[in-house]
Amino acid sequence: MTIALSQFDEVRLDRVSRDFGALNALRDVSLTIRRGEFIALLGPSGCGKSTTLNCIAGLLPVTGGAIWLDKSRVDTLRPEERGFGMVFQNYALFPHLNVRQNIGFGLKMRGRPKAEIDRKVEEALNLVRLKGQENKLPGQLSGGQQQRVAIARAIVIEPPLVLMDEPLSNLDAKLRLEMRAEIRRIHNELGATTIYVTHDQDEALSLADRIVVLRDGIVRQVGSPKELYEAPAHFDVADFMGFRNKLKGQVVAIEGDRTILDVEGARISGVARERVSVGSTAYAAIRSDDLEVGEAGPNAIAATVDTIEYRGREFVGTAHSTGGLDFVFRSHVSVEPGSRIHLRTEDERILVFAEPVQGRQ
Amino acid sequence: MDAVAHAPAAEHGPNLRQRLAARGFDAVTLLVVPAAIFSLLLFVYPFAFGFVLSFEPKGGGDWLANYRRFFSDPFLYKTIANTLWLAIPVTLVNLLLAVPIAFRVRLMRRQRLLTTILVLPITLGTVLVAEGLLNYLGPQGWFNRTLLTFGLISQPLKLVHNYWGVFASLVITGFPFTFLLTLSYVTGIDPALEQAAATLGASAWQRFRHVYLPLLMPGFAITFCLSFVQAFSVFPSAVLLGEPAGVTRVISIAAATAAFEEYDYSMASSIAMIMGFVQLAIVVAVLASRGLFYRGPASGAKG
Repeated sequence: MTIALSQFDEVRLDRVSRDFGALNALRDVSLTIRRGEFIALLGPSGCGKSTTLNCIAGLLPVTGGAIWLDKSRVDTLRPEERGFGMVFQNYALFPHLNVRQNIGFGLKMRGRPKAEIDRKVEEALNLVRLKGQENKLPGQLSGGQQQRVAIARAIVIEPPLVLMDEPLSNLDAKLRLEMRAEIRRIHNELGATTIYVTHDQDEALSLADRIVVLRDGIVRQVGSPKELYEAPAHFDVADFMGFRNKLKGQVVAIEGDRTILDVEGARISGVARERVSVGSTAYAAIRSDDLEVGEAGPNAIAATVDTIEYRGREFVGTAHSTGGLDFVFRSHVSVEPGSRIHLRTEDERILVFAEPVQGRQ
Repeated sequence: MDAVAHAPAAEHGPNLRQRLAARGFDAVTLLVVPAAIFSLLLFVYPFAFGFVLSFEPKGGGDWLANYRRFFSDPFLYKTIANTLWLAIPVTLVNLLLAVPIAFRVRLMRRQRLLTTILVLPITLGTVLVAEGLLNYLGPQGWFNRTLLTFGLISQPLKLVHNYWGVFASLVITGFPFTFLLTLSYVTGIDPALEQAAATLGASAWQRFRHVYLPLLMPGFAITFCLSFVQAFSVFPSAVLLGEPAGVTRVISIAAATAAFEEYDYSMASSIAMIMGFVQLAIVVAVLASRGLFYRGPASGAKG
């Protein structure tokens, strides 16, 4: 393997901010990325994840803070001086150059000798499994092949950091899964350091070593996929991690590590993830996978079934309560729309969050 | 089985209307008719008439007499060189000016205002621009006076009634057109391509040379042809600002002289045919050169 990515210890974002006029797209984002890590920037659209990536790539100047590659400051450099490889959402392949020329572009711009360019392009072609396609123009390739060219083009320049901006969002569902595995394989084979922007929590959970959840330009939580999935720190992170049932209620008691909420007269007891006090409004968050049809009793709430969908292994249904709460639940048996059921789950499956502050903080 | 086999042929498959529509002929196609009639009456017929007329010399003689006369009289055949000597440099200068400006305007937020200002000369018409230049660039004009005042020159520069007067006027009136076409080609290129080139280490010049230029060449060729054709048919400014008996005796002046001073419509038609042929030769040559470049879509991918 002669594609050897530049060695370094860490990339550090130090209170990076980016304003667009009066809008703060990024506010004081601090983050340290260690060599070899696969970091996913996750968040809804407009959360600042692409802005962060563009700031690191140099395509957008930062308006505050600094970006460091070990001891050297890179946010003052032009993008062509940073040498980070980037994979664009629409791939941005040069339409007039064939696959080989596209992949070799970065090396050619650096004035490397032709023999070296040929050797490295050849190797990149093997790595992304595109042998035999090298003389085609991008327009003659399928979406997945274009994606592979874009990745090969970014890594062949041996960048310290590979940046990927929602690279799978233009592919169909099957190809997306395939390329997801490919991206992880290439990352591992090269020992690359990757920052990957996505709005899809499945992608982030399956690919990343660490996930950074952004919202309104602020880092909300950083952690391993397991940490984020099992213990989201905030309501909006939980929302992103599949806690689709959000039950608004009043805190009636706190007993040990259990916080008890009154939700439309039902007593719901869960684990508080944020500080809440008795009498305040709070939310109980439950994954749709954890909410099941059951008996009346503790942690059970009455609801009327709206829809029921067959999903092969089980049914997924929606329901609403008399107080207007909406639920998404799963069931091993089909239930009739319109029927009254009780939805319940275990204490430890319920996370209690304080009422989120509205708007930007 | 029998019932199907013996059914009348007309009941099988699509009817005539559907089959025509599948080949692109439907009611909408009829909307082309007015334009076709218009073109036939106002372009094809006059052109054919002139073509035939050019082979019927006024003064008798054989059918090629007009053409022979044109190519044996330097006062006539030199008009081709005169016209090309104006039209080609003017077109190139316009294109070379338009490209950097289009690249700058592409990035601006208030594009429309600047574009409007740049396009204004198109609305003025060649005669107004010519008269303005006569005053501005003339021996007593602001331009010469300013240079004299600052002592940069000791005698007024001769900028009108010669080659440069026509040149300046053609640049002013031709630029907006060239610029608008160039701008549309430049903005048609996906900005992500430039960003990708930058992250791959290409400097600003390399990005232009290796990404923009190859993708823009076909557009530049079209822009060149359309701008060239406009400049080639120069008449008012060549008369008003130039030396219509000397270096700026362009081919349209020769045709006008033949038609309206010698009343030799046959000769005028011949000159017009020659003019058309020269334009066509240049345009074909430039368009053919597009084959050397990539001509597909200028965006990255299917998206």
